Amino acid sequence: MAERHFKVWRGDAGGGQFEEYEVEVEDGMVVLDALHRIQAHQANDLAIRWNCKAGKCGSCSMEINGKPKLACMNRLSDYPEDFTIVVQPIKAFPLIKDLVTDVAWNYEQNKRIEPFTPRPRGADGEHRMMQDDIERVQEFRKCIECFLCQDVCHVLRDQDRKDAFAGPRFMIRAASLDMHPLDTADRIPALKEELGVGMCNITKCCTEVCPEHIKITDNGIIPLKERVVSRYYDPLMILLRKLKGLFGGT
Amino acid sequence: MADIGIGGHQPGFGSTVRTDSWKRGPVLTFLGLSAFIVYATWAAFQGAHYYVGPYLSPFYSPVLFVEPSALGAAPVEHAWLGAWPAWWPAFLPHSPSFFILIFPGAFRLTCYYYRKAYYRSFATTPPGCAVGPRAQKKYHGETRLLLFQNLHRYALYFAIIFVFILYYDAFLAFSYHGVPGLGVGTLVLLVNATLLACYTFGCHSFRHLVGGRLDCFSCNAACGVQHGIWKKATFLNERHMPFAWLSLCWVGFTDLYIRLISMGLLTDLNTWEGF
Repeated sequence: MAERHFKVWRGDAGGGQFEEYEVEVEDGMVVLDALHRIQAHQANDLAIRWNCKAGKCGSCSMEINGKPKLACMNRLSDYPEDFTIVVQPIKAFPLIKDLVTDVAWNYEQNKRIEPFTPRPRGADGEHRMMQDDIERVQEFRKCIECFLCQDVCHVLRDQDRKDAFAGPRFMIRAASLDMHPLDTADRIPALKEELGVGMCNITKCCTEVCPEHIKITDNGIIPLKERVVSRYYDPLMILLRKLKGLFGGT
Repeated sequence: MADIGIGGHQPGFGSTVRTDSWKRGPVLTFLGLSAFIVYATWAAFQGAHYYVGPYLSPFYSPVLFVEPSALGAAPVEHAWLGAWPAWWPAFLPHSPSFFILIFPGAFRLTCYYYRKAYYRSFATTPPGCAVGPRAQKKYHGETRLLLFQNLHRYALYFAIIFVFILYYDAFLAFSYHGVPGLGVGTLVLLVNATLLACYTFGCHSFRHLVGGRLDCFSCNAACGVQHGIWKKATFLNERHMPFAWLSLCWVGFTDLYIRLISMGLLTDLNTWEGF
């Protein structure tokens, strides 16, 4: 059984420090396993949020050697044996204790997005849509709400603009509704104003950290930006819409 | 330990706990883009050695006006609008490139990929993921001053026209003085047009305009056609970064290749036995 060196942040919103631990590890262990071993044998009061240990609940988000990651999906064998593994809570949200943060702000953002508003059902009482139409939004539905994208987004993490930008997770949420073939709600004005799609400067860090490999920027945020451009900034599109309106088009 | 922030996160430009080589990407991007900007600016100011045999540098195509006295200049009959205009300011070189580079320049400047690249490597907002960005009084993203980025699709419209012009130039390079043939320069021009086409038709704005703006791809036949085009644009869009770099490097190389032949520093292998 080999030994690995860990530095784990211990503390709360009032302050704290890195504590160092030597942990006996086995083949196949992930960072969350090592943290559990620390909790069991060396620091019973170490606070960690976790649940499924399978990369599907999004609970064990933290920063491992400076990168936002799921602790349950990060193998110790990814690091050299003599490497110190540094574990911190995510930065973008208020710290509660040790590795646990208060992510309630995210759920408030979700409430600001107009919910799914389907068109009336067909004559047979069914909603029908083709696979081609929903493939795009199925990618967005893979989101496990780990909020790693929110954590790494510099607008929320460093620029302190939670007042102006809902964050990548909720751009994806809005995209999954706005691109849905059955949906009829118009979220473009909200995306431009309240949700702040223009605050994103598409540096793609959200895409880089997504454990579900959702192409958040290319398939979600940029298409939404383009929809906002068509509505508000493209003179040709604005003129075409006006002409359509004049001649009775839809 | 007193200087450590909550959670062990330190504030400030460049601060991070990352131990990987996160600086490599932005540094290489900075060097690559800077090198291209310096070369393209230098080449544009030359106003000479952009035309040889059947080859025309992409930095100068299409030739609107020609200064016939310049070395390695296109013939006047090749210019769309004739000889160099008298109204041109005397302090500026007579370079046809000045009328051209603004269009591909605007396309690349507002391109979603390059925005990511220069926001990271030049503006350092942020320089890397989970790395402290340059301090700003108040961050506004792509609102306010950067609202112009939203007109990327207009730069795209011009870029599409340029793709066809560059393919036409490559087509013309299959013949010299009416004699059909082929040279290394012909292939260089053909590859250049193809790489630029792959970059242009993988553009995020193009992908939106050809089909991405729709919510329903199966609602009618026209939507079905648009879905097909959207899927092809998506294929190229997924490779937008490599095509952005390949096309950038190749267009610079194409200009350099033609310039060196025109200056007599390089010989083009071709079926015409010299120019």
